[in-house]
Amino acid sequence: MRVVRELHVNEISEVIARLVKEANYRLEPDMVGAIDRAISLEEAPVGQAVLAQLVQNYTIAQTEEVPMCQDTGVALVFLEIGQDLHLVGGDLTEAVNAGVAKGYTEGFLRMSMLNDPLKRVNTRNNTPALIYPSLVPGDQLRIKVDCKGGGSENMSQLKMLPPSAGWEGAKKFIVETVAAAGPNACPPLVVGVGLGGNFDKVALLAKQSLLRHVGEPNQDPDWAAREQELLTEINKLGVGPMGLGGKVSALAVHIETMGCHITALPVAVNIECHAHRHKEAVL
Amino acid sequence: MAKVYLTTPLTEEQVRQIRSGDECYLTGTIYTARDAAHKRMVDDLAAGRALPFDPQGAVIYYVGPTPPKPGQALGSAGPTTSYRMDKFTPTMLQQGVKAVIGKGYRGDEVKAAFVQEGALYFASTGGAGALLAKAVTEATVVAYEDLGAEAVRRLTVKELPVICIHDSVGGDQYYTGQSQWVAPDAMVMPKKPEAGE
Repeated sequence: MRVVRELHVNEISEVIARLVKEANYRLEPDMVGAIDRAISLEEAPVGQAVLAQLVQNYTIAQTEEVPMCQDTGVALVFLEIGQDLHLVGGDLTEAVNAGVAKGYTEGFLRMSMLNDPLKRVNTRNNTPALIYPSLVPGDQLRIKVDCKGGGSENMSQLKMLPPSAGWEGAKKFIVETVAAAGPNACPPLVVGVGLGGNFDKVALLAKQSLLRHVGEPNQDPDWAAREQELLTEINKLGVGPMGLGGKVSALAVHIETMGCHITALPVAVNIECHAHRHKEAVL
Repeated sequence: MAKVYLTTPLTEEQVRQIRSGDECYLTGTIYTARDAAHKRMVDDLAAGRALPFDPQGAVIYYVGPTPPKPGQALGSAGPTTSYRMDKFTPTMLQQGVKAVIGKGYRGDEVKAAFVQEGALYFASTGGAGALLAKAVTEATVVAYEDLGAEAVRRLTVKELPVICIHDSVGGDQYYTGQSQWVAPDAMVMPKKPEAGE
């Protein structure tokens, strides 16, 4: 008889509590590398000064275990659940929220979540988390946490383009979205792009693209080339670090795609700031 | 661009000397307020109630800090995006507030208000909350405690680093800075300010 692997949901809570704290205290190596590359590319003195502050900032955050940014974000929790794994011991959604509440409380992180978009009462434990479950082969659980700030999220855009707009139309929309975001979104940015799918899937593609290690290209060489083309266009804008002018407006562009209806060319741009806080763990 | 050391409260004379692009270091008392606190302050004024602090020459910092760890005066404290306060800023400037600190673009009406009221818009570095908190030596909630991170706090700061974006004569450092670096073939050019020195 085959034994099904079991995982207690309390373990998931504990891991999520740890990940949200670590994500806010320690900038991941991919982002540290991306900021180092920005320092080598930036020519504007004021841009260099901002980048130097960012290095000082993430160093303080890591050393003193304090949040690098006061907007410690909404907790996005991506769960890649092995289809042969059996989760036991309670409700998965409750376990994720318990982990987020624990991590944000213990970690002196800011509670930014409200109960309702118009009533606007703070829930005081940063829940509900935004949970993105998916089923994958195997018997493991991969948890990816992204603590997503509001300033960059607010600058994100989605458009249902006509197919005739093509790559040029999509590119124009993406570059204009980044230009309009300017200093509001805390550049240099990571620009997440979704193309294809439908109205909601395209936004998810853009979001998922941000989970990729920063600067790691799309596996399809054609799309990888388009990522570079967009990065070049965006870095011509002159926005620069914190919008004060310079050569580096974005650190990377990530594109994720899927097929779509014959009538449609959905495009979504999910903007991420230079404090891109993502962490993952496998259980 | 000049380096300027300023002590709060700010005077009309000090404000008139600052130009967009100046790097300023603020020392003294400043007040925190963001979305929810601005709404309440403007509602208070409409109802004939006083602001929770003396607005004459005051500086408002758009920030919602993290809770302090034991031993800290304040948690991480970088700026939030300013345009969300646009609706309230002209009213605050009319009350005597002389500078606001945030990040990002402001609406045309607010830019005009900085000129009309003789006030300044400063930016501090977004996402550098751990670093900026080092300039804060004291923090006390003075109003709307129920708003948590969004409560109005009186901060004592020492050389808080900011850069002047909009001055009292219509300067716009976002435009000035970006226009030096935009490539001629860029798809989007920065928008020119309506007024400028």
